[in-house]
Amino acid sequence: MELVAEQRGEILVVRAMQDRIDAAGAIQFKDRMREITAAASPRVVLDMSLVAFLDSSGLGAVVAVMKALAPDRKLELSGLTATVQKVFRLTRMDSVFTIHDQVPDGLRHAG
Amino acid sequence: MGFVMQDKGEGLAVHGPDLHRCAQVTIAADPLAVRDGLAILFDTALLRSLADDDRGTAEIVLAEALNNIVEHAYARHAGEIEITLLLHQNALICRIIDTGLPMPNDALPAGHLAEFAPTEELPEGGFGWFLIRTLSRDLDYRRVDGRNHLSFRLETGQLGT
Repeated sequence: MELVAEQRGEILVVRAMQDRIDAAGAIQFKDRMREITAAASPRVVLDMSLVAFLDSSGLGAVVAVMKALAPDRKLELSGLTATVQKVFRLTRMDSVFTIHDQVPDGLRHAG
Repeated sequence: MGFVMQDKGEGLAVHGPDLHRCAQVTIAADPLAVRDGLAILFDTALLRSLADDDRGTAEIVLAEALNNIVEHAYARHAGEIEITLLLHQNALICRIIDTGLPMPNDALPAGHLAEFAPTEELPEGGFGWFLIRTLSRDLDYRRVDGRNHLSFRLETGQLGT
């Protein structure tokens, strides 16, 4: 599971570079996210625009990352593709996460 | 990885013009084989003929069903899973057979979504059967001669010709 992180103002943007977060990669995703988010940024945005598919294991991993950052830090999501969006909507996890259409501008919304 | 792949022209109890719309794949019961098996299935003419939204739904339900077999029926032991897909009228009919452990009480899990919870208590699993039950129709499970037979249908909106 390749993840690319970039600090943009107050936001740590993590881009998932693979096209799926599934049962075969969920644990690795969780571990890599834990390493990457060790940098103390208050907001973390996971850019999922390249992720075409996410299964319930992948969803569970995203939830686990969010819980690990809480309560002081926040995991937000960005760029959900159609099938990924469907999984979030059906499981009502879309009401739990802040979901952006595009990666927000960390500088403009800083503070 | 040991795939057995065939686009079948006959052999199932279907009559009429949909006869040639069948695909079958046998995969090993492990998460990577599930991933590769889904990639192969979704590259068949059969699944390519579905609209994007129907493909997405099919991938969600098939992935959850297969992951469940790897995780629970085989409990991470080696085994095989046979998947047969059939496009018939306005539905994708899915049949999945494995030789793993039977479902507890010979019945499918209820698959209820957990009640809304504070962040620290949010569930990190248990979504699988909820997704399968929500997105599929005519979900059926039988234990026959030491094999699990799971079948369901997925209504398709727009069919290719």
